Amino acid sequence: MEDIEIKEEQVFEGEESSETSPIPYPEGEEYLLEVNHLKVYFDVIGGKVKAVDDVSFAMKPGETLGLVGESGCGKTTTAFTITRLLPANGNIIDGYIKYKGKTIGEKEPEIKGFMKDRKKRKLYKEREAMMAPIRWAEISMIFQSAMNAFNPVHKIGDQIVEAILAHENVTKEEAMERAKELFKLVGLPPGRVVGYPHEFSGGMRQRAMIAMALACSPSLLIADEPTTALDVIMQDRILAEIKRLQKKLGIAMIIITHDVSVVAETADKMLVMYAGKMMEYGEIGELFHKPAHPYTIGLLASFPSIKGERKKLKSIAGSPPDLVNPPTGCRFHPRCKYAKPICMEKEPPLTEVSPGHWAACHFAKEIYSGELKEE
Amino acid sequence: MAEKTVVNVKNLKKYFPVRAGLMSSFAKEEKKFVHAVDDVSFNIRPGEIYTLVGESGCGKTTTGRLLTRLEDPTDGHIYFRGKDIAFLKGKNLKEFRRNVQMIFQDPYESLNPRLTVFATVSEPLIVHHVGDTIDEREDLAAKALEASELKPATEYLHRYPHELSGGQRQRVAIARALALRPEFIVADEPVSMLDVSIRAGILNLLLELREKYGIPYLFITHDLSVARYMSDRIGVMYLGTLVETGETEKIIKNPHHPYTRALLSSVPVPDPYYKRERKKIKGDLPSPIDIPKGCRFYPRCPFAQKGICDTKKPPIVEVEPGHMVMCHFAKDIPAMDEAMESEIEEDVELGEKLLRETMKSGEEGMLVKEEKVEDLEQYERETAF
Repeated sequence: MEDIEIKEEQVFEGEESSETSPIPYPEGEEYLLEVNHLKVYFDVIGGKVKAVDDVSFAMKPGETLGLVGESGCGKTTTAFTITRLLPANGNIIDGYIKYKGKTIGEKEPEIKGFMKDRKKRKLYKEREAMMAPIRWAEISMIFQSAMNAFNPVHKIGDQIVEAILAHENVTKEEAMERAKELFKLVGLPPGRVVGYPHEFSGGMRQRAMIAMALACSPSLLIADEPTTALDVIMQDRILAEIKRLQKKLGIAMIIITHDVSVVAETADKMLVMYAGKMMEYGEIGELFHKPAHPYTIGLLASFPSIKGERKKLKSIAGSPPDLVNPPTGCRFHPRCKYAKPICMEKEPPLTEVSPGHWAACHFAKEIYSGELKEE
Repeated sequence: MAEKTVVNVKNLKKYFPVRAGLMSSFAKEEKKFVHAVDDVSFNIRPGEIYTLVGESGCGKTTTGRLLTRLEDPTDGHIYFRGKDIAFLKGKNLKEFRRNVQMIFQDPYESLNPRLTVFATVSEPLIVHHVGDTIDEREDLAAKALEASELKPATEYLHRYPHELSGGQRQRVAIARALALRPEFIVADEPVSMLDVSIRAGILNLLLELREKYGIPYLFITHDLSVARYMSDRIGVMYLGTLVETGETEKIIKNPHHPYTRALLSSVPVPDPYYKRERKKIKGDLPSPIDIPKGCRFYPRCPFAQKGICDTKKPPIVEVEPGHMVMCHFAKDIPAMDEAMESEIEEDVELGEKLLRETMKSGEEGMLVKEEKVEDLEQYERETAF
């Protein structure tokens, strides 16, 4: 607790010190993953891209969180920050990430002056040493394009073996045996471990990717758009597969996607992001049936469904903002149908509209209770 | 046909030759072809949106390209306003192209980055000698931009594509298609590359344009929920042929072809409380080079019957007025499907036994298919992992 207070005082230069948002999860409990007031900015020519700005969530073992938003909303950056795979120009500006109680990411000291590069390298080495035993063994990732995530000049089996050998003290033969078992687990013929990536179809490669992600039996799996490049039938199979394995092995999962229907089918909780900010967070059923944030409402209304009535789709006017100079106040206000003058001036805090259901909107409670409706 | 149609496609075929090596040209092998579009017939009525849906590689895009004559068909007829345009050449082809426009999938690639919006939208006007002076063309381009909701048009005319967002780019592409006031538009996955919140806007724009100008569309998509939202009629394509076609709601609510049923059951529903029933089909799309004999869907079909489905080409059955299904058992499929579910449960034991045997012996090959995965679940449950 004291820890946080100290952090809150170190307000980033140039940022107006707004009131800090509350954390949308009960404090003091033990979590598998805790992300607290995370801010990640990218240094670019002409400023800083505020890719992730004050995102907090927590996960318990075995839970599935759906991270939803449009491209460029910071969902992939959040995932890469958790695994600490950010490119060199991305920095954690504030907040911390705790995994099983251990801090794996926090505000990095700004390095200036003499021997800057050398200090940076040292810091990088320390971070890598800290993360190496965690990556893959504890937190693994299914990357966005499984098509390209494999090295084309090595056999898939060898790549899985490499991952296992890096973390566990087993012989190569044992590791290969494990790779074969993993193939069986995801429904691939074990004999194909000797195949090269180009010999696999898209769906098979995606399965192999899942097998690789499970190689060291992680506790947390981050699936970044695991099915975006696939056809419906294959998407359905892969999702069913991931869900089944997750349930069986008790893995917690963060599923990152722009497709709310995929989240509806797989996740327990949902976090909606827009322009680097948290918009809404809560139980999946609540968010789908009683959304309290205009963006979530807009997102849900813009999705066609093959079930139920054929409803007219509503689009959200405008397009996502530039994150170097995001809009003042609420970042969604230029596109919001409910926007009032206050939205332009003041950043809305996260408010709890019902237990465990949080929304960052000045009118969240009114929208939730149905007092405020779209004209 | 008594009905009025804008486009009438009859037995359309497009085969792409497979490149073979030098050695095989000496051997007396039969030349191989990719059967991208194989005997497709459908029609599009005035003011109608007809959607082709299917998995990637089913030939839906090739059909769209054939209809705009970006590809030359191998065989068949395409009647556009009663005139066969399948093999038009030269002046006549150019005249036809004036009336037909296409909207492409990726607005990041379909616009020339070095041309301004005005140059892009007015290019078809120049090609077809519409508008003599630059002012006239600017006027027409501005009208087209405003029709695609880029208002005020003057603000956009002299911008370059990199200054526009994805949604705006696609609107420019739509404006380019509208500039010539076409009588028919082919829209090939126009929203699949766009962001979710922008998608609905583009879809609504296409629907509005249809209302306003009565332009019929051929809409191509892999997303069944989008297909349902957009179209009056749907054609489901599988491996180069239409397996089921009919009015949208009829197909969505009462599909008869096993493939359509499987496809529909795979679509995720944006409602966490909705429990979806999954219908499994086996394996992957077969290669379009060696097309299965008989029914194309037979190797993956859960209802396939030996002696019929693997040898005889299925007939086209009209199950309801205007609802055609290409299947030997079209009329009985829904009933068979219901009976099937209970059967599967009984079959689990057998599958499990088979699976255990294969797991023991470490047999592999291409045997492992979807049912096995299901069995694996059962197997694991039983052996209490």
